[in-house]
This record gives sequence, C-alpha cells and structure tokens, in this order.
Amino acid sequence: MAIYNKEDAKAIMSKALEYSKADNCEINLSGDNSGNIRYARNTVSTAGARSNQQLVVQANFGKKVGTATIEEFDDKSLEKVVRRAEELAQLSPESEEFMPPLGPQEYDKSKMYHESTASISPDYRAAVAAASIEPAKAKDVTAAGFFEDYSDFSSMMNSNGLFAYERSTGLDFTVTMRSNDGSGSGWVTRDYNDVGRFDAEMASQIAIDKALMSREAKAIEPGKYTVILEPAASVGLLNNMFYSFNARSADEGRSFMSKEGGGNKIGEKIVDERITIYSDPLNDLAPASTWTGDGQPRKKTVWLENGVVKNLAYGRYWADQKGVAPLPFPANGIMAGGDASLEDLIKDTKKGILVTRMWYIRTVDPQTLLYTGLTRDGTFYIENGKLKHPIKNFRFNESPIIMLNNLETLGQQVRINGNLIPYMKIRDFTFTSLSDAV
Amino acid sequence: MKRRDFIYMAGAGAGMLASPIPIIGRSINSQELLNPGLAVAQKKELANVALNIARGMGATYADARIGRYLNQYVFTRENKVQNTVNTESFGIGIRVICNGTWGFSSTNDVSPDGIKKATELAIAIAKANSKIQTEEVVLAPTKGHGDVSWKTPIVKNAMEVPVSEKVDMLLEANNKAMQNGADYISNILFSVNEQKYFASTEGSYIDQDVHRIWPAMTITAVDKSTGKFKSRQGLGAPMGLGYEYLMPDNSEIVQGAAGVTLYRNRYDLISDAVAGAQQAKEMLSAPSIEPGKYDLVLEPNHLGLTIHESVGHPLELDRVLGYEANYAGTSFATLDKWETGNFNYGNELVNLVADKTQVGSLGAVGYDDEGVKCKKWDLVRNGILVNYQAIRDQVHMIDQNESHGCCYSQSWNDVQFQRMPNVSLEPGTEPYSIDDMIKDVEKGIYIVGRGSYSIDQQRYNFQFGGTLMYEIENGEIKSMINDAAYQSNTQEFWNSCAKICDEKDYRMFGSFFDGKGQPSQVSAVSHGCSTTRFNGINVINTGRNI
Repeated sequence: MAIYNKEDAKAIMSKALEYSKADNCEINLSGDNSGNIRYARNTVSTAGARSNQQLVVQANFGKKVGTATIEEFDDKSLEKVVRRAEELAQLSPESEEFMPPLGPQEYDKSKMYHESTASISPDYRAAVAAASIEPAKAKDVTAAGFFEDYSDFSSMMNSNGLFAYERSTGLDFTVTMRSNDGSGSGWVTRDYNDVGRFDAEMASQIAIDKALMSREAKAIEPGKYTVILEPAASVGLLNNMFYSFNARSADEGRSFMSKEGGGNKIGEKIVDERITIYSDPLNDLAPASTWTGDGQPRKKTVWLENGVVKNLAYGRYWADQKGVAPLPFPANGIMAGGDASLEDLIKDTKKGILVTRMWYIRTVDPQTLLYTGLTRDGTFYIENGKLKHPIKNFRFNESPIIMLNNLETLGQQVRINGNLIPYMKIRDFTFTSLSDAV
Repeated sequence: MKRRDFIYMAGAGAGMLASPIPIIGRSINSQELLNPGLAVAQKKELANVALNIARGMGATYADARIGRYLNQYVFTRENKVQNTVNTESFGIGIRVICNGTWGFSSTNDVSPDGIKKATELAIAIAKANSKIQTEEVVLAPTKGHGDVSWKTPIVKNAMEVPVSEKVDMLLEANNKAMQNGADYISNILFSVNEQKYFASTEGSYIDQDVHRIWPAMTITAVDKSTGKFKSRQGLGAPMGLGYEYLMPDNSEIVQGAAGVTLYRNRYDLISDAVAGAQQAKEMLSAPSIEPGKYDLVLEPNHLGLTIHESVGHPLELDRVLGYEANYAGTSFATLDKWETGNFNYGNELVNLVADKTQVGSLGAVGYDDEGVKCKKWDLVRNGILVNYQAIRDQVHMIDQNESHGCCYSQSWNDVQFQRMPNVSLEPGTEPYSIDDMIKDVEKGIYIVGRGSYSIDQQRYNFQFGGTLMYEIENGEIKSMINDAAYQSNTQEFWNSCAKICDEKDYRMFGSFFDGKGQPSQVSAVSHGCSTTRFNGINVINTGRNI
C-alpha cells in the first residue's frame, strides 16, 4: 500500500517520533503509484507501473545531523530507522548551515488531488495511445508519444509540533507526429492534475495538423526576427531565467541577479514593464504544493512586477544570515497574459516566425543568461497576417532578459509543465544558424 | 515532469540548480554500503519465482533483474561539508513478452508474494497493450549463460574509504583553490556501486558488481567591482574505476599546450584545484574572441562530449528507427545512408568504435541488462558508416541476428532499453604530439574541457563551448580567450578532421548522467580519443551586454 490517508500517516509518524532521543527529529512520509505507456512507429513500445513508499527520519544533536530512510513501517522498523538516523548524526561533522526544524505552521488546503486521475487503469492508457495512433495512420503520419499518470501523498511531522499532509494526482502527455515522407513534424504537450480536462484525441490532432503543415520547409537566412512564441517555446527560457531568482548566488556575486559593486537586483527594472510573474499554489488551473519539504508554507508571491524584481528566494540559512524572512522557491510560475489569441497575434504580424517549441536549451553564459537551443516540430514564416509557409529549424543564441525587453504583445495564457505562460510576440529574436533537422 | 522517486540535491551552488542531480534510493549509513546484500543463491530463487509465474501465465519470454544500487555523494563548498548522502535502492524489475507485446512492472517488495503481484501486473500490462500492438516483438537469439559473474576490475573500493578521508581531500582541494584566487568552489565526489542480478527464461543467471567514481569540481572567480564572474570545471573525468582514480600518479599526467596539466587514468584533484583557481582568475580579464573561421585543436576531455553528441546519439538504432522520436529525437544517419556502404560520416582519418569492454570506462560490464555478453564493434571505419548500436528486439531490423549488448536500465525500478555504449575515436597512426597539432595552425583555438553544448533532434547542427580556450596564432599559443563557441554540422565537422594525435595522448571523457527515454533514465558512458584538429570551423562570439 503506497498511499496512506491523513490519519494513518499521522499515526505512523507519531509512533516514530516516540522513539526519538535526539535534540530534534523530523519525519517525512510519502508514497506514490504511477503508470505509463510509451508508443512509437504507430504501435505501443513499452509500458509500466511503479509503486513506492518511503519514510525519512532526520535527527540532530546541535548542528550534527543524520538522515535515514526505511520502506517498512512496523514498530520495529520505525525504531530501527530512528536509531540509525541518531547514530549517523552522532558520527557526522557539524553542518554549519543546519537550521533546526520549524514549529507548527498553517497551510492552505492543496487543490492538486482528483480521484478520477488516481483511478486510471492500464486500459485507459492503451486508449490514450490508440487516440493518437488511429488518426495518425489515417493521415499517413507516424505517432510517437508518452503518457504518464500518478497519484501520491506527502506528509511530515516533527518534534516541534509541525504536521503537514497533502495528496496530489497528475498526468503528463506528449506526442510527436511525423509525416511518413520524413519532411514534416508536429508536437503537442498537455499536463493536468484532473484527467477530466484531458482530451487525447484533440491534442493529437494538433500535432497531426502541424506535421502536415510543416512538410517541405524552406530555408530562410538566420538573423533577428519578430517571433510569436507558443508557451511551449518560451517555457524553457523562462524556467532557466527563474533559476537565477536566488538571493544567495546573487549576493555572492555569481549570478545574473548580482549587482555591479555587490548586492542583488531586488527593486531594479530588468525587463519590459508589462512583464509580471508570480507563483500561487492555489491557482485553479495550475495548482501546486502548499508547503515545502522542510515544512515552510508556500504562499502567493510576486517575483517580477511591471518588469521590476520584487523578490528573490531566500533559503532559511541565507535568510538568517541576512536578517530577512525566508522565502522558498516557487512550485509553479504564473506569467500575466493578455487577451489576444494565437490567431490574433498572427493576424497582427506583418513579417515574423511562429515557433512551436524550443529544444536542447543550454547555458552559454550565466553572466548574461545567454542560452542556445533550437526550434523544433513546427516553425512557420508569417507574412501579412497569415502563415505563409513552413521554414527550416533555427539555432538561437538569446537571453530571456533580452527577449522580455523586446516584448511586442502578450497573448492568452496556457498551462504548460505546471505553469501558466502566455503566447508572446517578441521582436529581434536572435537566430544564429540553420538546422536541417526535421 | 514530476520525478517523485528522485531526491533532488540542489544545494551545491548556483550552477547545480540548472541540473539537479538525481539521487535514487533510500538513505543508509556508510557501513551499510559494505553489507554484501542477498546471497546469489537467494537471488536465483527469487528470480525464478518471477520467471515461473510469467511462464505459467503465458509469457513467451521473461527476465527478472534484482538490483541493489548503492550511491555515496559527498558535497562540499569552500571550507564546509554541505551534505553526505549514502543511498541504497533494492528491488526487482520484471519484464515479460505476452501476446508478442512487452509488459514491465517493478516492486521493492522482494518477497515471493510481492514478486507474484508485480509479475501479474507486468502480464496484465502486456495483455492490455497487445490489443493495439502492430509490430510483434522479435528477439535476436542469445545463448543462456548459466550461472556467471563479472566485477569491475577496481584496485580500491571507494565505498571502503571512510567519508572523513574523502572530506579531508575535498576540503584540502577547496582550501588550496581559495588560496590561489578562487572566490567559491564546489567539490563533489560521487561513488556508485551497482550490484545487479539478471535471470531470464533462456537460462542466464548473471551476477555483476559494477563500480564508478566522479570527482566533480567547479571553481568560480568573481570581480565584484565589474560584476563579472567566471567558472572553471575540474579536468578530472568520471571513470569506471575505484578510489585509485584519486591517487595521483605522475605517469598518468599529460602535459597539454598553454601549460595546462591533463590527466589519464589517475587524477590529482588538489593540483587541479590550484591550477583551476589561477585559470578562473585569468579568465576574468581574458580578451573576447573575434568571430570567424578557425582551426580547432580539441583536447580529449572536450572532444569526448562532441563525440557523445554527434556520433554516440545519432547511431543509436532506436533513434534511427523512430522509437525516441517523441523525446530525444530521431537521427540524420538513416538506414538508406548506411545501406549505400559509402556514406562518408567523416573523412578517411576517422575511425569510431563502440566498446562495452574497455577497462576503466563507465560503460564497461560483462553482460548487458538483457543477458547479452558485451563486445567491441565498428561504427565508422575509414570515414564510412558501417554499423549502429542495437539490442535484442531491434537488431533484426538491420538484418543482423546478434544483439550488440548495449541494453541498460538505471535501476530495478525502470525498464531496460538501448543505451549508448562507450563510443571512441581511435588514435592516429602517425606519431603526432599535441605540439604537432598546433605548430602548423595559422589561426586557431585550443579548447580544453567541457563547456556549453547543444545539438538538434536529428544531430545535424551543434554548438559547443569549452572550459579553457586559447587562441593559436602562427603555430603558437597566443593567449587565453573568452566568449568562443563553435557551430557546425556533424558530417561537415567529421570530414574536416585534419590530424589526430597518437595513442600516447589517448584519454577518456565521461558523462555520468546521460539522459534518455520516457520516463527519463540516466546512464554513464565514456568516450576516448587523442587530441585532434579540425580545420576551418565556424566560431561565434557569445559575449552580450545587458
């Protein structure tokens, strides 16, 4: 049994805490069931199911800390794992940055659990694959896709009186459709907490349409272009930018967020004033966990407001050093959007490029947040408000900071990888070379 | 994608956040790393439970992998230990073919009852999926090996070395780096031991003990007045060796150009920390490169990554056939090109080999994760594409009837599939040294160590940076430079190969966490080569003002 309800989880952790003789003891108990199906060449390739449960004990004597884990929860095992954590703590060097466990906290009720997702079966997964494969075959297209669903729980309790419990479910779906002549490729991604929102057939059709539309792409010269970025195209660069929203690396002088002469960029305007990004665990469309693994509550937090850096994440140790309140990294990102649909954005573009997604994004220069990567699975030239023809893929070398300074228009938001990101029109996006890849 | 079975360690400096390290398993104390685990006879008995149930339920094939995966990660920065993590993961993965379709299930309940339930689930999955299966699984024959075993030929088991000794070494390196101009240093030591037992309905019972080690160092120098910072990676490589890799040996040192010290099968972490700190400091004021065409002299710890991306991945048969189309991508090296027998992957100097047996490499094992004995084979011979990397259920698609033995799973909890073997460039046959690579270059760059890397989903267009870069002018090193990255096309690049050092310069680069598949799995692989020159490659300037 990998999923425990609140009462059972509480009972197991209370029992473990009773065995503790350390200065402090903190227990995390979690478990999950998951299943997946993978298909390619219009047939299923591999599929599997997994189940895990785990109890982690962290014990400390002063700043000497030990951690031990166990997968069985009978009384004898619970005592063994607590003793083992304590032995490890006694043997460990002092950890200068150790922060003692938190006391009781108030948490919001999470919105991530849906019974419908928790009860997905192998037959449902096979039906998802079929919903891609059958329409693909009918259009002389080959489907390769992956669907994964999970149901899990997380809980924690410590000797200072903290208790937290949360359940969540989710699914991730991606499918690549390639035209059988090898000249066109389309792709789509979907992720939800509630399987009721997921339509495999409709999603697959978008990828099929892009595969057919992207056949026989023309090469155009690399250079600076106005681009319309679908959320799947911009999310990678935005995520990478977000890694630098860390106060410690900024204060240490080794981040884009470091200020010349010392300190960080909180309060500085770094991008266009229409850019606002916040996190909110209680967002209905993209909910996230309401507490962190060390028991800190997660609340709605504004990171960038009207182009100005409002907050950087502070770990508990660094916050203590700096005399500020700790602020955990967010579990989701919500970027304010506008009213324009993708069609509206295309209609208002005289010359530009529509990018479905970006791929293989890697840091080139952490100093300027310069990244490289390539377009993939549907790149189209826009002329006079219409998609004119597919174009060959480009390699880009671009910084999300430059990108967000070159904002033309914000469009509607879409859920992507647990975030809400709008369509964006950007001017002068830098493509540096052509790729023959389809 | 949510990875619930990984503990992400993101505490080792800003750079780590962009690439969290997957740590699989439960935490244990150091003593338990030396616990021998289940006896072979017990593992055989438990594996047979799965095989017998699978047969009884109509499986035409089944294999069971009982795995005990041990990891020890020691994290330090500057003068402190951040964390020491010991993990053990133990369980069984059962793979079956039923109605011509694969099914897989795994469990950490390694009791006869737990194994029965997991086997039944694997069969149920195979049956559910067989309804939409259109290509029946065809397995290339392999012989049953009976009861056999294999062990990485290590000198000193890293798990036997006390954590305190490892901490002392890492902190000494950190201290030396700080004394020599570093502002920050992150120093991590990864030690891995995979104890894998494989059994199949074809009569193989294979017990293997696999060891790997990786000292990963990043040194950062900061100039707060200008707001500039530069980082230099350590020049050690992840290796399929024991703790002996960290015992310096002068005979394993290679003197590179520009005064750079390089390492073969033994690494001197402390000397490299000193040199790295000085070089990171030097980077802060090094000039920016002029973009243009350059002859590139690429050092093995750099070129290994280019081999990995532009040769290793495109010659994975599952990519070529479309099985990875939805994630990593497909390949430009299509079957029709291979079938011509004259596709010039590179010029006649270029010989690329796959090898699962190379001593000291990350990919070396006796048998792969579907019970095939490992071997060495040609991929590119005299510049011509001659073969791919294939496993049992796909090799028949290239009209071959023997698996290449490169099937791997990162744990008992994941299904095994085709993974890259060690792929290496053979050294040159002429007696060339590193100086011979440089002396006839008018305008070039000498690149050492791995940097930024990116390549498209069919492996045509790539861009690589490096750790250390030096401009070459009229046959001599001129100065350290910044902001260079080269962009090329795989086939053009390997056809511009101009000169390869001989075997005296041969060394291995390694990738410890190579990702592939859905759900994503990591694997470790090495790439050997000697310093090699490529003429007339396009170099861009990556400097920006924001």
